[in-house]
Amino acid sequence: MSVLPYLCAGWLFLIGCYGLATSRNLIHAVGCLAVCQSATYVLLLAVGYRHGGTAPVFSDIAPGSRPVVDPVVQALTLTDIVIGATVTALLLSLVIQIAKRHRTVDPDELSELRG
Amino acid sequence: MAENVPVLIGLVLVAVAGTGAVLVRDPVRQSFVLSLLGLALAALFLLLQAPDVALSQLAVGSALTPLMVLLSVRKVRRKARSERREEHE
Amino acid sequence: MSMRLRLWVLAAGVLGTATLFVLACAELPGFGGTWHPYGDRAVHAALARHTANTIASVNFDQRALDTLGEESILFGSVLGTLVLLRQTRDERRLPPEPARVAPPVRRYALIALPVTLLIGLYVVAHGQLSPGGGFQGGVVVATSLHLLYIAIDYRALERIRPVGLYEVADAAGEAGYLLIGAAALLTGAAFLTNFLPYGTFNTLSSGGTVPLLNAAIGVEVAAGIVVLLARFLDQAVEIVSGRDEAEDET
Repeated sequence: MSVLPYLCAGWLFLIGCYGLATSRNLIHAVGCLAVCQSATYVLLLAVGYRHGGTAPVFSDIAPGSRPVVDPVVQALTLTDIVIGATVTALLLSLVIQIAKRHRTVDPDELSELRG
Repeated sequence: MAENVPVLIGLVLVAVAGTGAVLVRDPVRQSFVLSLLGLALAALFLLLQAPDVALSQLAVGSALTPLMVLLSVRKVRRKARSERREEHE
Repeated sequence: MSMRLRLWVLAAGVLGTATLFVLACAELPGFGGTWHPYGDRAVHAALARHTANTIASVNFDQRALDTLGEESILFGSVLGTLVLLRQTRDERRLPPEPARVAPPVRRYALIALPVTLLIGLYVVAHGQLSPGGGFQGGVVVATSLHLLYIAIDYRALERIRPVGLYEVADAAGEAGYLLIGAAALLTGAAFLTNFLPYGTFNTLSSGGTVPLLNAAIGVEVAAGIVVLLARFLDQAVEIVSGRDEAEDET
């Protein structure tokens, strides 16, 4: 159990990479990149977890009364998620531009066009 | 060990949804699996005592990203459809 | 590169990464352990600055400079998408037809809209107290406006969504963050120092500059996502190239 969450994060990253390398559609590839990115969320939060800990929010518990999980990694993950969404938007708009210019979203056909 | 069971289930769900999102090759279906992955991740984050992150993941992962993927597919397909019709003519 | 060769290269890379990763996992502190030196210090600092939500304190006070960087990435991505998805010279706008919406859908979407909007604003406003904040609340506010598209149609959405104004709001959010950071310089402290009085613990005005920076992020994220979705919706619903249009008419 003590390394299982890390392995889950590793699995998500590698399966995402596999999808990226074998994808025949750029929109699908962007989705695979989102899977890769979710690996980072799982890894960060797994590092910060503490057995029996509660969320590091003190509006309803007295400070010091209970152990809390690590807030630093949560803050990192939080911004990561929102930034990730806007970067996905940027990538998708690039895909739309490619579809307009080259009339295909298949990366293999695109490299044939270039060669 | 018993306290870990929900986290364990969450991890398995996330891994399965992630694998599914990669193996489903059609972007429209993939966007639905991605939204499932977003839900599974949000549940896992809640179990890991990260409500802030779960909230953010719920809004972004299960709604925003799949929506943008669907809109892009619609744009690209519309283009491809009219191209094909042109070839037939 | 042929598909076969590519798969071999991929297999080598994946196996290598997997081996290194598993070896690294064995050295990581075990899942759920009690050793969190940074976390403990962050909690201590957040409580010293009267911020109940430690995560907001880390984001907008202790690591405020990093958040500025992250916010700039967000701003840059929105800007890039705006440029990439603009209407080009060979494209025309085809106004969408008014769509018929089933009455129950319209009713529930119209009820859900103000509720969602309120929840979004609440989440932004209470970021320093309870789980939530500018990043999450901003997304909720932005998506709530799009319920109007479900409830009525695309033209109704366009009427309450002057994209130009939201672009200005996006820039204002980014600028607000910088200005609040620069205001600290006037008091003789470093950039983005929490210079305001910390207030009473667990009240809405606690945390010094945390609520202000939080609000700036909320405005930027909400406006940024409205603008992003507007561009994607325009491309998918309205904008057609000259050739597409000819096809649609036949």
